Amino acid sequence: MELLVASAIGVLTSAGLYLVLRLRTFPVILGMSLLTYAVNVFLFASGRLTVGAPPILSDGVAVYTDPLPQALVLTAIVISFGMTAVVVMIALGAYLGSNDDHVDDQPEGLQGPEGDLS
Amino acid sequence: MSLFIIVALPFFGALLPGLMNASGRAACSGVTFTVSLAAFIGLLTNLPSVLAGEVLTARVDWMPLLGLNFTLMLDGLGFFFALLILGIGLLIIAYARHYLSRDDNMGEFFTYLLLFQGAMVGIVLSDNILLLLVFWELTSLSSFLLIGYWKHLPEGRQGARMALTVTGMGGLAMIAGMLMLGQIVGSYDLSVILQNRDLIQADPLYVPALILILLGCFTKSAQFPFHFWLPHAMAAPTPVSAYLHSATMVKAGIFLMARMWPVLSGTPEWFVIVTTAGLVTMVLGAVIALFKHDLKALLAFSTVSHLGLITMLLGTGTAFGAMAAVFHILNHATFKAALFMSAGIIDHEAHTRDIRRLGGLRKLMPVTFAIATLAALSMAGIPFLNGFLSKEMMLEEAFHTELFGSHWFVPALATLGSLFSAAYCFRLIGHVFLGPVRDDYPAKPHDPGAGLWMPPAVLVVLVVAIGVAPFLAEPFVKLVTASVLGEAAEVPKAYFKIWHGLVPALYLSIIAVVGGLVMMAIYTPALRLWDATPRPEAKVIFEAIVEAAARLAQRLILPLHNGAFSRYAAVGSIAIVAAGFHAWSTGTVGAPTRVVQTAGPVVIAGWAMLVAATAGLVLMHRNRFLSLILIGIVGLMVSVGFVFFSAPDLAMTQFTVEVVTIILLLLALNFLPNQTPVESTVLLRVRDAGVAVVGGLATFGLAYHYLLRDAVSTPISEFHLANSYKGGGGTNVVNVILVDFRGFDTYGEIIVLGIAALLIYALTESLLRGPVRARLLNRKPDQPRAGDMHPMMMVVLTRVIMPVVLMVGFYIFLRGHNEPGGGFIAGLIVSIAVVMQYMASGFAWASARLRYPYHGVIGAGVLIAGLTGIGSWFVGKPFLTSDFTYVRIPPFDKFELATAALFDLGVFLSVVGAVMLSLESFSRLARRAHVPESEFPMDIDPSRDDPDDNNPKSPKAAV
Amino acid sequence: MMHWIIAPIVLPALLAPFIVLAARYHNGIQRSLSVAGVLALIVIAAGLAWQASDGTITLYQLSDWAAPFGIVLVGDRLSTMMVLLTAVLGFCVLLYAIGSGWDKRGWHFHALFQFQLMGIMGAFLTGDLFNLFVFFEVLLIASYGLMIHAGGNARLRAGVQYVLFNLIGSTLFLFALGSIYAETGTLNMADLAIRVTAISPDETVGIRVAAVLLLLVFAIKAALVPLHFWLPSSYAEAPAPVAALFAIMTKVGAYAIIRVYTMIFPPDLEATSGLFDLWLLPAALLSLAIGMVGVLAAKRLDRLVAFSVIGSMGMVMISISLFTPEGIAASLYYIVHSTFAGATLFLISDLVRTGRSDLQLSPQPPVAGAALTAALFFVGAIAMAGLPPLSGFIGKLLVLNASYETDLVVWIWAVVLCSSLISILGFARAGSILFWKSQSVAPNEDAPEVSRPAALSYLAVGVLIALLGAHTIFAGQVHGYTTTMAAQLFSPEPYVSTVLDTPGKLSTPKEHN
Repeated sequence: MELLVASAIGVLTSAGLYLVLRLRTFPVILGMSLLTYAVNVFLFASGRLTVGAPPILSDGVAVYTDPLPQALVLTAIVISFGMTAVVVMIALGAYLGSNDDHVDDQPEGLQGPEGDLS
Repeated sequence: MSLFIIVALPFFGALLPGLMNASGRAACSGVTFTVSLAAFIGLLTNLPSVLAGEVLTARVDWMPLLGLNFTLMLDGLGFFFALLILGIGLLIIAYARHYLSRDDNMGEFFTYLLLFQGAMVGIVLSDNILLLLVFWELTSLSSFLLIGYWKHLPEGRQGARMALTVTGMGGLAMIAGMLMLGQIVGSYDLSVILQNRDLIQADPLYVPALILILLGCFTKSAQFPFHFWLPHAMAAPTPVSAYLHSATMVKAGIFLMARMWPVLSGTPEWFVIVTTAGLVTMVLGAVIALFKHDLKALLAFSTVSHLGLITMLLGTGTAFGAMAAVFHILNHATFKAALFMSAGIIDHEAHTRDIRRLGGLRKLMPVTFAIATLAALSMAGIPFLNGFLSKEMMLEEAFHTELFGSHWFVPALATLGSLFSAAYCFRLIGHVFLGPVRDDYPAKPHDPGAGLWMPPAVLVVLVVAIGVAPFLAEPFVKLVTASVLGEAAEVPKAYFKIWHGLVPALYLSIIAVVGGLVMMAIYTPALRLWDATPRPEAKVIFEAIVEAAARLAQRLILPLHNGAFSRYAAVGSIAIVAAGFHAWSTGTVGAPTRVVQTAGPVVIAGWAMLVAATAGLVLMHRNRFLSLILIGIVGLMVSVGFVFFSAPDLAMTQFTVEVVTIILLLLALNFLPNQTPVESTVLLRVRDAGVAVVGGLATFGLAYHYLLRDAVSTPISEFHLANSYKGGGGTNVVNVILVDFRGFDTYGEIIVLGIAALLIYALTESLLRGPVRARLLNRKPDQPRAGDMHPMMMVVLTRVIMPVVLMVGFYIFLRGHNEPGGGFIAGLIVSIAVVMQYMASGFAWASARLRYPYHGVIGAGVLIAGLTGIGSWFVGKPFLTSDFTYVRIPPFDKFELATAALFDLGVFLSVVGAVMLSLESFSRLARRAHVPESEFPMDIDPSRDDPDDNNPKSPKAAV
Repeated sequence: MMHWIIAPIVLPALLAPFIVLAARYHNGIQRSLSVAGVLALIVIAAGLAWQASDGTITLYQLSDWAAPFGIVLVGDRLSTMMVLLTAVLGFCVLLYAIGSGWDKRGWHFHALFQFQLMGIMGAFLTGDLFNLFVFFEVLLIASYGLMIHAGGNARLRAGVQYVLFNLIGSTLFLFALGSIYAETGTLNMADLAIRVTAISPDETVGIRVAAVLLLLVFAIKAALVPLHFWLPSSYAEAPAPVAALFAIMTKVGAYAIIRVYTMIFPPDLEATSGLFDLWLLPAALLSLAIGMVGVLAAKRLDRLVAFSVIGSMGMVMISISLFTPEGIAASLYYIVHSTFAGATLFLISDLVRTGRSDLQLSPQPPVAGAALTAALFFVGAIAMAGLPPLSGFIGKLLVLNASYETDLVVWIWAVVLCSSLISILGFARAGSILFWKSQSVAPNEDAPEVSRPAALSYLAVGVLIALLGAHTIFAGQVHGYTTTMAAQLFSPEPYVSTVLDTPGKLSTPKEHN
């Protein structure tokens, strides 16, 4: 079980990283959300894995899943949702402005003349 | 007067001329003169105690922990230099007032000049070497401003930058040297350092410290091989050249060598380095000076040469040498400043400084002629002028100095130097003043007003006075020498007199003078020879070096930061993994403490599905629509996983967020191209794949490591489980943590959502106001639209389920505290319900029915949450402290109503608001674009026969 | 129960939504509210700093739960000083934003600005690592909004990179937090400081990786080479006042490193010994070198300033990476200096922009007020290049002095001194091209008459320069204070005990406060 979860994290991470290294915004954003899944699972797993425990306090139950990582992941999920919305919007704005959805941008001054030194 | 005031006066006075610029040139120069005069008088008030041999000190702590304190000290040496700086300063100010033309900004000039004066006085009076460093660099800066004063002249700009670079470099080297010195002695106070000669010279750091400090002195005093900046500094107005670059600033290096003489000199290192540098500079400067045609250039190189002479004298390390050095500093200051001012007069009157275009000025400018000639003869070392005396002493010293094991090396070079120096003095007199009057001067030269010739005249009086009656200067020079020598040596007994008898020095100086005359005789062929011989042009080399440095920097930096994000990310990831691996490999791994749980086939199937979807996503990411579906599957599997590992809240959140995110991406894809072209080379993709695999392995290893081990001690969540019901009033511990235990996180998080929404709104606004709008209007949809974009079935369906979904949302919200659910999930569910309306009937239709602006919703949400938090202040509890009670609203079962629930309401509102606002922003973009939008709930409406009597009203479509 | 310590967070957090709700369409009201808020922040922050100056450690248990179970805010000398610094900087920047009218060129500037302040304040005050993450996200997302304020292609494209790079950073942060919780089972800093000592010497990889990941997260914020790539274009493209405000954001990273690696993972902790000695100092030296070489290389003024910020962060990181009280004291002094110097230069570069088509380093006809701008630039450059008489020089002396005992002293001194020479070259070159060479360019008549920048803009810059001056004149007192600060950081027992021993709700019902 642990092996599965850990490997899932690994797979998600590498897939995410590969997409993040692409040249267009869309795949990069997808890569970011894959990375987000990966880290959410990782964070969740930091409370170790418990199968079939009740989600809420109930009498006569001794073993629960660690609730804290769940709360943290919940926060992380919502925050990353906000971030995704923002980055999508900014990327869209950049695309609409320049009609080009490359992530790379060539700062001015590189095309500019060799700066004069006198 | 207190030393502080003497130093502070020029600095504070510097403000005045700048401010009084409007009130006329006379006022400007007047106030400047008054300020320096005050400082000068203040200095003189201390003369008696200095003559009495006392050392005045003044101290204010500045940075005691560092040892950088504002401690000043006035002894003979300091007094001597301060006298030069302020005295000559007065003459220069008087001179400059007449020299500067009407269109020069006089206030600016005098401000810089006073800044320089203050810094210079600071150098010679500071008793703390770090403080000395501060003033030292200040002189570099103010000279930078003064050289570049005529901003329109390229020579000025280049000269200024060259001076700043060279002297700045020396200054930085000196910082290191001074810090070492301080570390050796344990104090940065000169008075302490000067007591520790043996300690310093025994220390292994002595040589590096010496070299670094000498680097500072040599660059400042234009010693070979750093002499090249000084002539280019002559682009400055002549008063500046006379003041900074002959009389004062270039003497700062000399001053420091004299200051440090007791502790640094006397070692072979000092002797070899300083003497050699001095000799070389002396000869080189004199030779170059002889062949310069620009008067100021000639004087500049002669200054270089004389500075070399003084350096050489200090280098010998004997008391007599030091005394000769002091004497020559005095003499050089007088005649050289006079010469510079004369050159300025000639430039001012004849409108040229080119010796080849001058000559015969003797008749036209008798006064100037007299002044310049006396000064020049003094520089040439002619008897009855002060230059002669110190040059005699120099030759005397040189005669007894043995360098590189040879007796004749130093005397020969010294004589050669004075020979050339005599030569250029004669040339100056001969080619500028003597000879026939010409008729092709650029302007008709005549003697200027007294304002211009009086200052140099004053100096020449000194030149003659000392020259005729050396005993006048003797006590003062010996006093200064004493304070240079400190405990290191006794002041030599030698008397200052013109006739020493037939001593070797006399022969040497006769050789020099005669040789100089001979050199004048054969000047023309010599000049031809000189022009024929190729020489490295220091300025060209320097500019080339700077140029090369800048180009190199650009080659180095610009390609590295050219905005290639994928490279940035790759470098970053590799760095992170590398650092992590290093940490891992240097640590220790123990045996696992947890038992591995076995996984059933279902789990494995789910895992396989997740991996498959992920792999598929990577492989097919170029098809953007498909990749959206795949990432949806991935997200779904993740939330299923959460369910399986008994985290229903997570699962619900993950799922709902997933839905909303996908919708967002879909809307974005509506604008973006729906294919990703193949661009990156195979090599690049291999690199990325490599990075990706390494990163994946790293996280895998890390996760696996932790999953098999327990935390070092019980997690704090034990407490949460134990007290969730007692203290938080809820059985859903996750929710209680969110709204109570760690409510502050949640507070921050809804603020993140709120900001996100604001940002998106602001961005949309600026986009729609900008050029993007036009582009959107002209934008052609890249694929055909369905004729029936808002199908009736969907419309009806969404209308029907709308209330149900709202109820569900409400229920989930209320039960959140005790069952899986809560503000987020409720908010997301409700948003999805509204989104369905949007999808069914289009943005325009739905948002037309929206009663509340989302801004308001978000703002209200964040405010409610914040105010709930503050509410607890009124019961004297910290922010966000919750209290609760139980109520029952039919038909729901009994639920607990906590202030946390109010907080949760804030969460709910901001979630809804944020989601809706972002969606709406997309919709507003879409409406600009050619996405057909109808005001009607559905495109094909049987009830609508003639469109005009139809205005659809649907009450449900509001949140 | 005193609530002052949470005011720096709650005040802007309530002010911002209020501005959105009430004054969305009234620029005047927005401005006055915003200024009033920041002024109040300064007063509060000053009060907090005064309270902490005698070594008092103020604890605030949010939701009344005791640490480590709930979240706590902690005010000690360091955090309160950073809060004060932020408030003061915020005030100057706000003045400039209003004077230059930047705040009117887009939407919600003031709301985002307040949220930005809230995030930074929270990051300085919180005593809980995950809460630190949350506040990082708050300040980041607000910074995204401010960075793309007023739109424009170049800005948006730079913004995409800025956001994406920081998203990677946030992901890394979560990995680090997960590792820390998995290893120690807690998130509270003080509690961590206790628990890490319980880690057995033969099971250290877990905590080592966690610690180093966390360090890298902060290193990204602090723009440490090679994690600095996000900085140049985003700072150069951001609106000038925003870039000036960002001068404090790199310091958040530096602050977090100082806090975590003196209290939780102090140098003498075996479990994490030798974790980054190998590379942290070299990386800092590299940052300084690259930053200052970038100053020489830059072809645009705004990028030049951005690189100089990287360089000065290099200085900060050099003295931090010594991890000695002297080093930390020097770095804290330098942090204040570099914040003000960087902000000043960014604002000045915006003053230079007036009347110019762009910020390319090329001579263009002189415009009204050029002389004053030139003078200001000269001062700012002196400060940043570390020349006397301004605080940069003193900071440099402090760093050099603090590094005297280390093995790498030769390297440190060589890099520091050479890089300042290079930066002098770069600044002198830029200045003489922009202000001197322009004098020789004939003004073109058909150019529209540009009005000189508003007095308020100059005032803002003036205030910053005055602060630099004060930082120099009172260097002795400031350095003395940072030294006591460093002392407090290196003996964290009072901090830890205050945080952990103060009872909260249900922890000990008797003394329920």
